[in-house]
Amino acid sequence: MMAIGLTHYIVIGAILFALGLFTVLTRRNAISVLMGMELILNSANINYVAFSHFSSGQIDGQIYAIFVIMLAAAEAAVGLAIVLAIYQLFHTIDVGAAQTLKE
Amino acid sequence: MDISIGAVIFYFVALVLVVSAAGVAFSPNIVYSAFSLVGTFGGVAGLYVLLGADFVAGVQILIYVGGILVLILFAVMLTHRISDIHLSNRAVGRIPAFLLCGFTLGLLVMTILKNPWVKAEKIVNEPTTSRIGDLFLGTYLLPFELASIVLLVALIGAVIISRKEVRE
Repeated sequence: MMAIGLTHYIVIGAILFALGLFTVLTRRNAISVLMGMELILNSANINYVAFSHFSSGQIDGQIYAIFVIMLAAAEAAVGLAIVLAIYQLFHTIDVGAAQTLKE
Repeated sequence: MDISIGAVIFYFVALVLVVSAAGVAFSPNIVYSAFSLVGTFGGVAGLYVLLGADFVAGVQILIYVGGILVLILFAVMLTHRISDIHLSNRAVGRIPAFLLCGFTLGLLVMTILKNPWVKAEKIVNEPTTSRIGDLFLGTYLLPFELASIVLLVALIGAVIISRKEVRE
């Protein structure tokens, strides 16, 4: 068994990215699409922190990961507010049903 | 062949992470998907701990598990008719999406295994919080201040979008 190195972590990141992509592609529920986007953002963060640990020796990658987490929080707040507004307007959160900006 | 305790912990965390992420991706019920996110975010925090990123792991737990997950669960409960279990129907068919994602994953893994990645001279494992604070108030001061403005704008925007009387 080889020692746990950089490739292990970025392979995990790649698996998480593929699962997130699958979620975004196969769901029509807007909240599920947002969940898939969170998976993709987490996979990017794993890569940032892994490269900062194994390749650079600096902690700048961790700074970028914190910025990504901050933007994910802002995106989740605004995205879910939009989803709730769409639900009140159209009574569904199917992403194919909300094709206009107002009734 | 010796198995170190670090490797065992890594494979355990990776197993939890991948299984719960697969639960998010494949579960037909959106409530189960939302609860599977707990394992995913916790597993990612565990990977950060194994990578020596203690502050990022704490931030991950606080913001993802404590904030975003609760927000997603609120949205699921507010929009989900409990009787209506088939809310998570498909956009793209499962077979083409599976093929596309499998192709992407294969390509990524092939690239990762073939590429000779740069190695650091020595791997440091020491507390990062004070250095992160120094960088935030030094090199990254402008993005740090911009981030606070972005968060304020997102806060006000979310309140205005979800208020009822604005749309009437």
